[in-house]
This record gives sequence, C-alpha cells and structure tokens, in this order.
Amino acid sequence: MLCDRCKQRPATVHFTKIINNEKYEQHLCEECSKEISQFAFGSHQGFSLNKFLANLINYDPSFGGVELGYRAERCDNCGLTYTQFTQGGKLGCNHCYQAFENKLDPLLKRIHSSRIHKGKVPERAGGKLKVEKEIESLRNELQRLVGREEFEKAAEVRDKIKELEKKLAG
Amino acid sequence: MSGTNVIRLNSKWMEGSGPNQDIVISSRVRLARNIKEIPFPHLLPENREREILDMVKNIVEGKVIGNQGGAFEVTNLLELSTLEKWVLVEKHLISPEHAQSNGPKGVALRVDEAISIMVNEEDHLRIQCLLPAMQLNEAWHLANQVDNFIEESIDFAFDREKGYLTSCPTNVGTGMRASVMLHLPGLVLTRQANQVFATMSQIGLTVRGMYGEGTEASGNLFQLSNQVTLGVSEEDIISHLSSVTLQIIEQERYARKALMKEGGEQLEDRVWRAYGVLSHARIITSREAMGLLSELRLGIDQGLIKGIDARIFNTLIVLTQQAFLQKTAGVELSPFQRDLKRAEIIRTKLTEKLGGEKND
Repeated sequence: MLCDRCKQRPATVHFTKIINNEKYEQHLCEECSKEISQFAFGSHQGFSLNKFLANLINYDPSFGGVELGYRAERCDNCGLTYTQFTQGGKLGCNHCYQAFENKLDPLLKRIHSSRIHKGKVPERAGGKLKVEKEIESLRNELQRLVGREEFEKAAEVRDKIKELEKKLAG
Repeated sequence: MSGTNVIRLNSKWMEGSGPNQDIVISSRVRLARNIKEIPFPHLLPENREREILDMVKNIVEGKVIGNQGGAFEVTNLLELSTLEKWVLVEKHLISPEHAQSNGPKGVALRVDEAISIMVNEEDHLRIQCLLPAMQLNEAWHLANQVDNFIEESIDFAFDREKGYLTSCPTNVGTGMRASVMLHLPGLVLTRQANQVFATMSQIGLTVRGMYGEGTEASGNLFQLSNQVTLGVSEEDIISHLSSVTLQIIEQERYARKALMKEGGEQLEDRVWRAYGVLSHARIITSREAMGLLSELRLGIDQGLIKGIDARIFNTLIVLTQQAFLQKTAGVELSPFQRDLKRAEIIRTKLTEKLGGEKND
C-alpha cells in the first residue's frame, strides 16, 4: 500500500479515527506522518522555543555549570526559581531579569546581537530615559563627525547635547 | 454572544492589495509587552488574568486608533467555541497556543482586523498589525501607534539596558517580531528555495510555514521573520527584513521568468490543469487544494490565465482551512465532509469570479 499523502513511499503508519460513529482511515509513510503530526488540528505539538531554550540552558556546559546554590535562587517579586526557569524557558516577571542577571546575560548575548537595547523607549514612562538615549546617540554622531572633520556640524551636535543635558538636570 | 467578530469573512490582509502583492501575501509586526511588577501570564492565577483582560478592555474597547479601520472589540476567549478560536488562528489573528490555552485569555480586534491584541498569551500583551502585501513600514507605524496609545494608561515592564522585558528571553529588547508571508512557487519549482532559506539563518532571519512556529509549509507559502530583538532598533529590523525580502522577490521573479522561458508550455499546461481540477473537483484535501491554488495563482500572475482576480488566492487559502469550512457550514464536519465542502467552495468562488464567461 502506498502512502495516502505523497503516493510514493510505502505506508507504514496507519491511523484509524472514529468520530461520531464515522470511521476515518489514513495510511501514511513515516515521513508524511511526522510532517502531519506537527500541525494536527487541536493538538499542536510543534517545536517549542521555550523547551528548546530550556534544554540549551540545561545541557550546554557554559550554562549547565550552575552551582547548586544558584539553582535554588529565587526572584523576590514573583517567586520563580532559577531551576523553574531552566525547566520552562520562561521568566516570571520583570524582576527576574535582575534576579538571574548573571546567568541570563551570557544567554542573551548568545541569542541576540548585543546585550544593550537600542530600540524604542516608552513614550510616557521613558521620558527621561529617552533623553539619555538621545544624548548617547548624539555623542556617537559627534564622534563620527569629528572623525570626518566636519567641525561645523559637530559644533551643532555638541550644542544639542548640552541643551539636552540641561533638560535632564532640570 | 458567540463572537460576532470571528465569523467576519475577510481580514484586512486577505484583501491582498499593495506593493509587490504578486509575491508578498502579507506583512506583520508583533510587539510583546508586559505590565510592570505583575508576574507574566504563566504564573498568574485566573482572577489576576481576568483583571488584566478587564484593564485592557477599559483601555481599548470602542476606541478608534489612527482614525480608521474601526473601533476595537475585546473578546474573552472563554466565550468562543473551539471552532471559533481556530478560525481566528486560520486568519492569523491569534496564535495556535493562544487558541489552545484555558482561562481568561483574550483578544482585542479592530473591526478591519488589521490590528489584533492578544491578552495573556505568553506575554500580557501582544500587539499585532497585519497588512496585505509588502507593507512592513506601515505595519510597524501602526503597531507603534497602538503601543503608544496603550502606554498612556499602562506602565510597561521596561529596562534601560534590556529594553522591553518579556516572558521569553528571545523576545527581550524591542519585543518585536516582523514577518512577511511570501508566495514562492518559482523558487520551489526551480529547486532553489532550500538554498535561499539556508542562507537566511546566517543573516539573522528565520523561515517558517504558513502558521508560524513548527508548522508545515504548504501552498508554497513561507514566513520570513527576524530572530534578534535585542541590540537592534525597530527601524533596523524592518529595513533589514525589507531589503532581504526585496532580494527574494527579485530571485522569485527571475525564477518565474526562467520557467516561462525554458518550460513555457509545461508551465501553461500545469497551471491550467490546476485550474481544471480546482474548478471541477468534487472532493479535495487541504493539501491538494493548497498546492493547486498556488499553481493557479502562479498562472494568473504570469498572465497565463486571464479573467480571474489573483487575490482569490488570498481568500481561498483561508476559506478552505478546516475550522473556517466548518464555521461556514454551521456544523461539525468529518474530514471527508470537509473535503466535499472545500471542493464546493472553491468551485463556487472560481466560477463566481469568471462571471460565467468562457476563459480559453
């Protein structure tokens, strides 16, 4: 018997489903059955990023060498332990990022291109943060301009930085 | 109330019009946000999840953001049937995980369904904008607007160094996942797709099937998205993904041209056969339908088949999904009944579009 799906390989996996007295049969080869089971209606069992992450932390020597004491380490705000994090791959609250900082930082560095956020800052809550970020990016801009000997533009940027610093202080 | 919103036929993205609409089916931007000091959803008891859902409802229900697209309607997923939840998944408005979860989870939908906000998924809020064709910038601006609107009332978990703090460390920073859904029959037929995809991971992008994480690619549809969220700005992510997408579009166009040039008759035969089966079949499986619809679309895009609007593809790939079929039928259907219904819907839609005129 050939596989119902690819009609090429022999069928080795046989499904029989009976729903409301209605019999439904499917004969698949191993490859097709694997592919199908990844997205069966109502029983999503696909690849889980969280599980993958958890395994990475658990089995990679650079994370796995966590001393026993640390495993019991707990976030004061939500109560999540480090062990729980390594099992589920999910953090518990915003404080977890500080509580497990030592262990998270190498992980973040591995997943992402850097450990420092360069994107959006919340409009309202981040007012002050926003100014600080702006100063930082202006400073980079200043260096670039000086490097290119565009001193007139550099002076403008320098004035802008001063202005923003005043705003922060006030 | 049995979710009036979910039986709406079309989501904005299914209209299919916009730049590069022949290859880019939709563009999406998703922002993960959490509320400061409140544990993430997987640690919350039901009553606190309900509080968050109510909070979001108070903020967005009935509101119009961006002067168009209609107002938001917030639905508790507990009020929906399994089928209705899966219709939302098939329209890409909520994730499969969200549909399967229990408890007070929710979704806020704008009337045009270009914006959906998942509440209490992996993060407290997942703001998602989904637009037709190549409109990544537009999707980001829209998502940004919604984000700003909500931030007026909620303190988000944010850290100066780490950015927006998320339940999974893979989303921290911008909390942004930008993606495009691409229709790439040319690259698949010329056997170049795998080669192209293999290079994607080297430049920080991921390729997935039509319904995201862990799903199979069918109908020659692929989702391309960014991997990295920390250390890059939102604009960087959008411009990187856009430029790579434009490259792939060019490759796809090139592959299609080569197919036309070197196997024009075979290609013509193939797309007309697809049309023949689709317009006459009485029983059709989802897999067969997706494959043939993709070929039909290719035939229309290449001008081999005239008189059918190419965007029928965008509608049919959703209408013929299993939950949607059953929702349309109004009853639960066995797999065999679904294959019958699917064939019927495709036949009707195709002849409708042709207006009864002979096409050859």
